[in-house]
Amino acid sequence: MLSTAALLANSTPPQLLPARELMAFTLASHILLVPFGVALPFITLLMHHRGLRRKDEVALKLARRWSAVMAVQFAIGVVTGTVLSFELGLLWPGMMGRWGDVFGLGFGIEAWAFFLEAVLIAIYLYGWRRLKPWTHFWLAAPLPFAALMGAFGIIAANSWMNTPQGFRLDAQGKPVDIDVRQAIFTPMFGPEYWHFVVAMFLTAGYVVAGVYAVGWLRGRRDRYHRLGFTLPFTVAAVLTPVQFMIGDSAARAVYQKQPIKFAAMEIVWETGTHMPEYLFGRLNSDGTISGGIKIPQLDSILAGFKPSTRVTGLTAVPADARPTVVQATIAHWAFDIMVTIGSLLILLALWYGWCWLRHRDLPRSRWFFRCAAVAGAACLLTVECGWITTEVGRQPWIVYNQMRVSEAVTDTRAGSLWAMLGIMIVVYVGVFGAFLAVILKMRTRWRIADEGGTAGPVDPPPETDTPYGPRSEPEPTGAGTTPGGGSDGTPGGAA
Amino acid sequence: MTADLVAWVMVLALAAYACAGGTDYGAGFWDLTAGGAERGKRPRWLIDHAMAPVWEVNNVWLIFVFIVMWTGFPAMFQAVFGALWLPLALAAIGLVLRGAGFALRKPTRRLAQRRIYGAMFAVSSLLTPFFLGAALGAVASGRVAVGTAASAHAWANPTSVLTGLLAIAATAFLGAVFLCSDARRFGADDLVDHFRLRALLAFCAVVVLGLIGLPVTHDDARYVWEGLTGGWGLLLLVLAAICGLVTAVLLLRRSYRWSRYTAVASVALTVGAWGCAQRPYLLPTTLTVADGAGAPQSMHWLAIVTAIAVLLVGPALVLLYRLDTMGELEPLTDADTQAAGAPGDNL
Repeated sequence: MLSTAALLANSTPPQLLPARELMAFTLASHILLVPFGVALPFITLLMHHRGLRRKDEVALKLARRWSAVMAVQFAIGVVTGTVLSFELGLLWPGMMGRWGDVFGLGFGIEAWAFFLEAVLIAIYLYGWRRLKPWTHFWLAAPLPFAALMGAFGIIAANSWMNTPQGFRLDAQGKPVDIDVRQAIFTPMFGPEYWHFVVAMFLTAGYVVAGVYAVGWLRGRRDRYHRLGFTLPFTVAAVLTPVQFMIGDSAARAVYQKQPIKFAAMEIVWETGTHMPEYLFGRLNSDGTISGGIKIPQLDSILAGFKPSTRVTGLTAVPADARPTVVQATIAHWAFDIMVTIGSLLILLALWYGWCWLRHRDLPRSRWFFRCAAVAGAACLLTVECGWITTEVGRQPWIVYNQMRVSEAVTDTRAGSLWAMLGIMIVVYVGVFGAFLAVILKMRTRWRIADEGGTAGPVDPPPETDTPYGPRSEPEPTGAGTTPGGGSDGTPGGAA
Repeated sequence: MTADLVAWVMVLALAAYACAGGTDYGAGFWDLTAGGAERGKRPRWLIDHAMAPVWEVNNVWLIFVFIVMWTGFPAMFQAVFGALWLPLALAAIGLVLRGAGFALRKPTRRLAQRRIYGAMFAVSSLLTPFFLGAALGAVASGRVAVGTAASAHAWANPTSVLTGLLAIAATAFLGAVFLCSDARRFGADDLVDHFRLRALLAFCAVVVLGLIGLPVTHDDARYVWEGLTGGWGLLLLVLAAICGLVTAVLLLRRSYRWSRYTAVASVALTVGAWGCAQRPYLLPTTLTVADGAGAPQSMHWLAIVTAIAVLLVGPALVLLYRLDTMGELEPLTDADTQAAGAPGDNL
């Protein structure tokens, strides 16, 4: 046992930590944009449809503004996503070299779906002005499906890393006899996929609704805010209980397919029946648990519906084949935060549903809108937690029970990786900060306009044509020959 | 057999990225050289309008190249990313800055901020193709083999530097040719001549770099050099040269209708020629397509997925480019979203 530990210490290359941190940082950043890439087009199209169907100008204005936000968000998502595909090679060449042909096809599906999404989103975002209204809408209608397809590919790849199958190892330990269908539809695929997709829709819904909840709290009670809040919030509220059920079954799938990960999520040390559930708390290296709330029997009941259910503990496998106590504690906390927030969101959804059934109206309490305003941020936190649970809980395996993270890592010197991490942090903080600043600025400018702001529209003719209306033949020469194409009367500012 | 097919899919995807993404990088190059805020305002306005609807799509090709590489030829993927760590890491950072710079510049209304985002976009439009080109040159010169450790030797060498510069020149050429047509499409007649001159200059740069490349790569990248000076490689290269010349003649005669097609053809044919020249190697003289190929069943499915995707994405892509060239795609303006100026806006 001691020699194993010594071997483990020696076999942990120094570049492992920075490589891990770099991947974690870039992925944690990218995942914040994913809900909007996957679900914002759907929510926007719902609003768009309403606007066209009922000739509702307010709904159309909302849809147009959301698509203006989508344009910026999607662009940032594209670049941070591209970085991840670089990093698979730059940081984990061992995994891609050995397993690329086994599980890479999921990424292949994702790439094409994403391609389609990029094409459709470009047509949608830039089609507002000149395409016929319904043509414009229907060209974008496949967008949510392309997004679901893209998620399919990515989750197929990730769930394969969690429950790898669809291959046989030959005498040299090289994967052969690859069965692509098995490699895509792995045991964890279904639970992970639906949990992920619903999470994305939920998060996008709560975040968008949250923006209007803030406006509502600040006294902007017009139809614009009402509609902007109600539609995305309804989508999210309907999905919240659904997500709770899916999440529960996903956790049970982990219990069955990845018992050691489940043990980490629930900080179970020794295998046994009648296991208690710990809410939070910290796992110590001797298997004791400090802090936290202990609920007797509950873990076994949650895992298998009866107290006599046997739950595998972390010690069922050697120390070098399971998460460390710190990793287990991280996975446990991430899991518990996710479940806690999920449960609170159900209460919020029920509150909303109750008021709607009783009064056909939004709840009047300011506390409801306060909660709704933070629900979006809470959801983003939940997304991060869900991702931490699944990734940290898998340690030390990059491919569960097949390849350790340390075997997959690049040979590049730790120093270079730390330097790259430093650069990436600076770049991402800058980019995300600027992104947020731009979005907030857009919001401010819209608010000024809605409040009958003095500044008036920024753009000169011909761009004052309203979309979908009769238009004077756009003659971009106008914008071309007046150097201040977008000037608002302060041309001197550009000098 | 399937491996060869997938290898050609990879070369085609690379050619598509070189043309589509290349045009984009070229636009960024001309953004960089457009001059100060006032002088460069019109070219930048054109670049913004011309690129905006298509740049994301153009850049997805790169992701597809990677995916075909790691699913189809995992050993090659591992070798390339192992040996060329630094240029690829720098290219990745360049891609972030470029995309973010371009996307954030559009909705910004303050000059100082637009300058920063614009500079980010333009400088990385220069660096990214250089490093990607240098990586390609490193592979072509046979410096990357399975197990090669990351070192400057792999990419700081005459062939790599030359390929990097050639990549910049080629993208500048493509960008200028496209902007020429775009200027006409948007009715900015004076910009037509502006970019016509630049397209011709970039073409000269490509020719000069190509001529310098002949002796430089003779010994440095022997295998590919021989492939490019004989057989199919030579044929494609000659065709590429003819297309390039035709583009130049069309530009000189101010007949712009076909120039973008011939320009694209010349770049795509050059990539094709490189693909031919490198046959049957993925990594010249150390790893053949057959040896580096992934599992047969994965290859098979990769081909199927690609075929289905071509059926799905192809029409969408044609529609996008068609709508774009017909001028049906325009960004939303502040009037459309009903935005007002905010204090501090000065653009």
